[in-house]
Amino acid sequence: MHRTLAMIEREMRRFRRSPMLIVMSMMMPIVQLVVLGYAFGGNVKHLKVAVVDQDHGVPAVRIRELAGAVASGNHTFDIVDYADPGEALTDLRNGVVNGVLTIPPDYSRRVIGRQEPKVALISDNTDSFVSATLSATMGQVIGSLHEPVKTSARTSAEPRLDVVEVYPYVPYIQYLLPGSITMSIFMMVMIGGGIIFIDDKARGLHEGYLVTPITKFELIAGFNISGTIKAVLAGVVVMVIGAMIAGVPDALDPIRILRGVLVVVCAAFALISLMFLLMVRVTDPLMPRAMFGLLNTVLYFPSGAVYPQQGFPGWMKAIAAVDPFTYSVHAFKSLLLKNTGFEAIAFDLGYLIVFSAVCMTAATLLFKRTL
Amino acid sequence: MLAIDVRNIVKKFGDFTAVKGISFEVGSGEIFGLLGPNGAGKSTLIRMLTTLLPPSGGTALINGFDVAKQADSVRRAIGVIPQAMTSDLELSVEENLLIFAKLYGVPRERRKRLIDELLEAVELTQWRDKQVRNLSGGMRRRVEIARGLVHEPKIFFLDEPTTGLDPVSRVHVWEMLQRIKSERDLTVLITTHYMDEADKLCDRIAIVDHGELMALDSPMKLKASVPGKNVLEASFSGIPGDWPEILRQLPEVEDVTGHDNVFRLATSNGPVTTMAMLQTAARLSVSVDSLAVQSTTLDDVFVHYTGRALRDALQAPAAQDNPFMIRRA
Repeated sequence: MHRTLAMIEREMRRFRRSPMLIVMSMMMPIVQLVVLGYAFGGNVKHLKVAVVDQDHGVPAVRIRELAGAVASGNHTFDIVDYADPGEALTDLRNGVVNGVLTIPPDYSRRVIGRQEPKVALISDNTDSFVSATLSATMGQVIGSLHEPVKTSARTSAEPRLDVVEVYPYVPYIQYLLPGSITMSIFMMVMIGGGIIFIDDKARGLHEGYLVTPITKFELIAGFNISGTIKAVLAGVVVMVIGAMIAGVPDALDPIRILRGVLVVVCAAFALISLMFLLMVRVTDPLMPRAMFGLLNTVLYFPSGAVYPQQGFPGWMKAIAAVDPFTYSVHAFKSLLLKNTGFEAIAFDLGYLIVFSAVCMTAATLLFKRTL
Repeated sequence: MLAIDVRNIVKKFGDFTAVKGISFEVGSGEIFGLLGPNGAGKSTLIRMLTTLLPPSGGTALINGFDVAKQADSVRRAIGVIPQAMTSDLELSVEENLLIFAKLYGVPRERRKRLIDELLEAVELTQWRDKQVRNLSGGMRRRVEIARGLVHEPKIFFLDEPTTGLDPVSRVHVWEMLQRIKSERDLTVLITTHYMDEADKLCDRIAIVDHGELMALDSPMKLKASVPGKNVLEASFSGIPGDWPEILRQLPEVEDVTGHDNVFRLATSNGPVTTMAMLQTAARLSVSVDSLAVQSTTLDDVFVHYTGRALRDALQAPAAQDNPFMIRRA
């Protein structure tokens, strides 16, 4: 046991003298959280819509008034008037405008004659976010043309969906936070655990302690406990600072932080076990670096950290089902976004513990005490 | 009791046999040198003796313990300086020693005294709080030597401890080793590819090449075992066709080797042969362009037993080799 403690002491003393490592593994996830949170989280505004009115009748003017009201209201789009539909389309292709709303010459006549009046929205669908926003907003504008006629007569007859939101509005940056905490744990496991472990091997540093009377289990325990301590430090720091940056209500609630630390510990141990299993026979220092990039993608994105898992194809759902990130992210979401109790995260913790046990057993069997 | 008893030890890596059945014994208190070029199998041998690699065949007893079956007892009895620099750069000199004292289970009360003593012995007391990353290669080696002795081992293994060091640092390491050896009851096994190092330090030397033991004796006896007491190396111009034959018939000459215009003469009496050679050259109008007379060195021993010059064997040195080493084309 005292030899395990000596190994941990060695690792922690080295860690303390590597400020770059600490900054890298804690700052990168926070920077990512802030940048991604604001890059994806905001509503799209000030899209340019060309309006080509070829009708000029009263109903056409009504559409333009309504659209103008939306434009000056929530600023989703701004209106630019075009006389020539050809010119509007050219500008659409060249990216000068994001969409073209065309009111055809016979629009007023069809409205009055009730002959399926139509207006056309031509949108630049290379950007699906923009075109979806435009068609949704324009759909509302056109839909509201009928409203005064519909409402009074049919209220009681038609079923309506009332949406009740159980939690306060969750901005995207808060939605990303659980993934960022898990990412910080993972980065410390990879940089502070895997890369250092292999670099030591490549430089022959491991020969130094392999000739001492330390046993195989003392060695494995030393590596993994010190790796877990480093990863827990990174995870807890990012959890607390990240919650404050993302504006999680009551970010410093001690009970929740305590539950969060429990998740951080389990996630750190699961990831260090996975890393140790992957690295146990590796000697090439390029390997952990290459694996870092690959694992980063394969573990982070399927975990539901950035997009709901319900939208994934089957093979990706399969990865998500075994991915320890999934359970870590789920547990942090429960705690940070919903402020749930222990029962909501019990299954996640259970999975992470079982996952650690399986990986650690396999790694121990593969670990060689000799060169 | 023998400190080291190696019997017919073999190491195979797949089809390649790195160590081909080597046997030798090292007595308690001896400084024993393993001499050979890179790739000779020295490091593989030392790694088997220090329990880092399991032998493929044969046995080795270290302090009476079998390296394969009693690895833990072997590890407690030995101190090892591996070929690579293995001290932790981020730790201070003292911390490097402290962590290893803990790994060896040295009791707290002895730790401080031993560390103080060793730092004094390797002359690093004033650097004890400095991180190892700030030290020179030679100082770093001395940290490792102190670290290897922190649990007072009976047998000390050093794998090329001076490779990569400049000539001044090398001499410093030798002197330190000799002093430490004189102060405590220690058996030392050292590998090197520097002849002068082996000559100065070792009581006995084993010459290893291609995984085999080529010769084993004290440096003095090894030098006596090769023909000649002196070696004359000379280059000539304007030599007749039978010049090698003429050289061979000079007084006291035992052997002549050479190519082009450069010849090496092994002789039992350097001055006599030199005089005769110069007179013969003058008589036959052969001009002597260069001439060197020297005592037999371990270099000559090595050439004799391995059939090649050590510097030829060093033509493709490993990356960690001494950048100061001068290689001849």
